[in-house]
Amino acid sequence: MASLVRQSLALLRGLLIVGRYLFRPRVTTAYPDVKTRVEARFKGRHWLTRYEDGMERCVGCELCVIVCPSQAIYVKAAENTPERQVSKGERYAEDFQINMLRCIFCGFCEEACPTGAIVLGRDYELSGYTRESLIYTKPMLTEPYPGASGRDPRREV
Amino acid sequence: MSAVLVEAAVKSAVLLALLLTAFAYMTLLERRLIARFQLRYGPNRVGPFGLLQPLADGIKLIFKESFIPARADVLVYWIAPAISMIAALFVYAVIPIGPEVQIFGRRISLYLADVNIGILLVLGASSIGVYGIILGGWSANNKYALLGSLRSSAQVISYELVIGLAVASVVLSAGSLSLVDIVNAQQRLWFVVTQPVAFLLFLIGGIAETNRAPFDLPEAEQELIAGFHTEYGGFKFAMFYAGEYLGIVTMSLLTATLFLGGWHGPVLPGVVWVALKTFAFVFLFIWLRATFPRVRHDQLMGLSWKVLIEIGFANVVVTAAVLALVGR
Repeated sequence: MASLVRQSLALLRGLLIVGRYLFRPRVTTAYPDVKTRVEARFKGRHWLTRYEDGMERCVGCELCVIVCPSQAIYVKAAENTPERQVSKGERYAEDFQINMLRCIFCGFCEEACPTGAIVLGRDYELSGYTRESLIYTKPMLTEPYPGASGRDPRREV
Repeated sequence: MSAVLVEAAVKSAVLLALLLTAFAYMTLLERRLIARFQLRYGPNRVGPFGLLQPLADGIKLIFKESFIPARADVLVYWIAPAISMIAALFVYAVIPIGPEVQIFGRRISLYLADVNIGILLVLGASSIGVYGIILGGWSANNKYALLGSLRSSAQVISYELVIGLAVASVVLSAGSLSLVDIVNAQQRLWFVVTQPVAFLLFLIGGIAETNRAPFDLPEAEQELIAGFHTEYGGFKFAMFYAGEYLGIVTMSLLTATLFLGGWHGPVLPGVVWVALKTFAFVFLFIWLRATFPRVRHDQLMGLSWKVLIEIGFANVVVTAAVLALVGR
């Protein structure tokens, strides 16, 4: 009998504990209306960064292609010529594509990159109506101006 | 004669519209409240505060593909959800939702029929509702559905007894089976005061009878996918849902009628009191679902047969003895 009373009171206490939560603020972010804060080291959409002088960092070494676990990156390298110097190395990326449908945002490409050319940015709203629109090409990935990705263009790597 | 028929027809139509709206907004209320208990928002995108969500759900369910599983018993498969919903709606013919009111110079009673065995009719109709669940689980030719309906039949038979015993002591106190008379007998003192044990029994039985958490074994999703309505989709599923949610409203309304004095209350009009009391129990149902984990099947059976029915019998005997010795 005593245990029955105790158990019934425990049920009541449980109800009251849950009832308290009715008056607490919600933890959900109302996403499309309110956006969550992105952490400093968040790995989102990629950028191909530039040096301060506007020169492209990518030297077309294809290390990111090799390291990419989901084989999402395609690089076609070409030689720099004295008339047309695109990057600071011997070669540059003539074409650079990332398949955003394949990318798992692991950040290995950023780690592998010897010149710090490819970085993962803050943007996470990556969706499209066609598959083609989600294969990001070099003009889409390259920073429009040095520092557009939010990374310091004067950094070493 | 025809005036009586017209009155009954109008009342039925109003009641039907009211109940189906109540069902639709029960689903929204439950989703929003459960979300609130879990510090979420719940559906809030369709219309202000998500108020048009039930409409969107209804439209979606109506336009879904009508699916019939292979080797299902087609006729029974179609009839089962209808039984479930019709039985849930039928009950409201005898439950009063207010005292007599004056509309267009006519005295109108806010119930369809004051049957002199009203409460028996309610219990009977809710038992018929179980056929919907059992037949639905049986006809779908799915082992999970069958297990769900088997559990449901065992559960409902056990807890109907509990409800019956709780109601019996109320009926003894009121001296009538008519729900209108039972409400009128509570003019001075609510039965929740004189019959607290019966009140608790009725509440527990009601939760089990409507297959609600923590007694929602017939549709225990972790074990049985969706239980008896695993193979149901579209509008047939909506009918099962209507049956379930109307069952909650029925049980809340019945609790308010049998124990909380129905439409009796100060200041506000009777209908408002009935609505408030009913809502209180609907809220409790949702609160319980947000709080308690599901019980095991043997615990469920044990609670009914080893505890509640004994208490119920004792309560009936004590009530009868007191009434015989002291008088009403």
